[in-house]
Amino acid sequence: MGNGQRVTSPAVAAIEVKGLVKHYGDVAAVDGVDLTIETGEVFALLGPNGAGKTTTVEILEGHRDRDSGEVRVLGFDPASESRDYRERIGIVLQSTSVIPELSVREVVDLFGNMYPKPMPTDEVIEIIGLADKADARIKTLSGGQVRRVDLGLGIVGDPDLIFLDEPTTGFDPSARRSSWSLVHNLRSLGKTILLTTHYMDEAQNLSDRVAVIAGGKIVAEGSPDTLGGRAGAGARVSFVLPDGSGDIPEPFRVAPSREGIVEVATATPTEDLHRLTEWAVRRQIELERLAVMRPSLEDVYLAITEENEDG
Amino acid sequence: MADRPHLAGLSWRQFRYDNKTFWRTPIAAFFTIVFPLMFLLLFSALFGDEKIEIPGRGIFSVAQFYAPALAAFAVGSATYTNIGVQVAFARDQGILKRFRGAPLPSPAFMAGKIASGVWIALLAATLMLTVGVIFYDVSIALERLPAAAITFLLGAGCFASLGLALGSLAPTGEASTAIANATYLPVAFASDVFIAIGEPPAWLEFIGNVFPLKHFVNAFQDAFNPLTSDLAMRPGDWAAMVAWGVVGSLIAWRFFKWQPRESSGRSVRRGRKAESPA
Repeated sequence: MGNGQRVTSPAVAAIEVKGLVKHYGDVAAVDGVDLTIETGEVFALLGPNGAGKTTTVEILEGHRDRDSGEVRVLGFDPASESRDYRERIGIVLQSTSVIPELSVREVVDLFGNMYPKPMPTDEVIEIIGLADKADARIKTLSGGQVRRVDLGLGIVGDPDLIFLDEPTTGFDPSARRSSWSLVHNLRSLGKTILLTTHYMDEAQNLSDRVAVIAGGKIVAEGSPDTLGGRAGAGARVSFVLPDGSGDIPEPFRVAPSREGIVEVATATPTEDLHRLTEWAVRRQIELERLAVMRPSLEDVYLAITEENEDG
Repeated sequence: MADRPHLAGLSWRQFRYDNKTFWRTPIAAFFTIVFPLMFLLLFSALFGDEKIEIPGRGIFSVAQFYAPALAAFAVGSATYTNIGVQVAFARDQGILKRFRGAPLPSPAFMAGKIASGVWIALLAATLMLTVGVIFYDVSIALERLPAAAITFLLGAGCFASLGLALGSLAPTGEASTAIANATYLPVAFASDVFIAIGEPPAWLEFIGNVFPLKHFVNAFQDAFNPLTSDLAMRPGDWAAMVAWGVVGSLIAWRFFKWQPRESSGRSVRRGRKAESPA
């Protein structure tokens, strides 16, 4: 319950979760999740299978009851199953089939007509890129095309908040790119989006903030660039070790790999690089394959989830 | 909200959606519409030229008795079997969950489903009787049509409600098909649909009397029976259908689920087990 310590901002958060718990039998699938997602934010929930991602999202969608905790979504308690709430959210479900006997147009039309102010059916079909398949039955579509219909059903009601549960799983790269630009468009319209994904490039590309859930708890939270101390984390400098490099400056005086590549982690890449390049220029050496790398979101994610698996 | 879609309009759209999925599922359309007609053809071929002469009333074909019975049978499968199987498969596929996540009030969903079942039942029964009238000399007594209409509505409503109950209790789509056939066909044999047994064994008669189909069949037959001299109003049979309709509604009310059984709840547990160190 509210402990009064939190200063409420004038802008009401789209999603506010405190101490969310859900058990299946003896197993706590969600074990005390706290989450605040601001209006207009694209928020990605990351985590391995079975970490509690889908359970959390389904509780927020109103598909699942919680055992305890406070949940407010757009000012509603999703467990109330109210029609007002469902008019304002859009759900793109994971691994759920669309009515196979209907055509794309029929199914978008059927669902659109449940909302007070739906987007025009043709516009939705255009957005999801299925204009040439509008009259094809769902059962004749490919998996990726059905997934796009899914996406269409999530936005047809012109919702304020959209749940995207692994929206591009099984997409080819170009379909993924077009779905990403759809999400960018939705974001620019001021929609709040809660995304779950396995793809770190997707989280990096789409989200304002990410959270990693493992063992039913949020174990890290931040922007894709700062998650898990990523911004301050050391860089890695690598290059092919040239011949006659006995006097190469520190900290690069290490044994190269079998391919002759030196790779060094450093907390002070600017300074170290300066020393290295000065040395190379003086000796008129071109350092082959010189690279400075920051840990990718995926590196950080893997480190975080591994840490929490061991714990 | 002023521009919120009206319940009646939503129900109408659900009704049309359910009809479309029915006609686009050939196997359902076949077993509901064509299969009972085949029985009429078969019985008429077997007993075909036999006419029953009833002194003072005229000569009648056997189809006069079979056609209404098979029409009632078709009504039952159009509602009980179709609704039950459709609900169970739609749940398996997550289609019910999808409806649940949209602002579709459940009364509109239920109304559309029931209305669609009753509408298809009406088509099946009308087709059966029309074929009977045109090809097999079935006669229709106008003064008993009101009774036929009441019996039809109560029968279709009763079996639609039992269909929702079946869809609620069946664990999977496949199971719903098996349960529908394993319950409906044996009861049909005990319910004067295929063979009107003059002196049935007591247990068979008991089974027939307990379940609603025989009441439906007998009341519907009476509405077309040239031996009947009254208006074929059958409050006793109607009461039995209403009672079963209430039972079906209560079961559906209590056990209807929108979520598929194979849901993430189980995969979470599996996932956990897989992750835990060996």
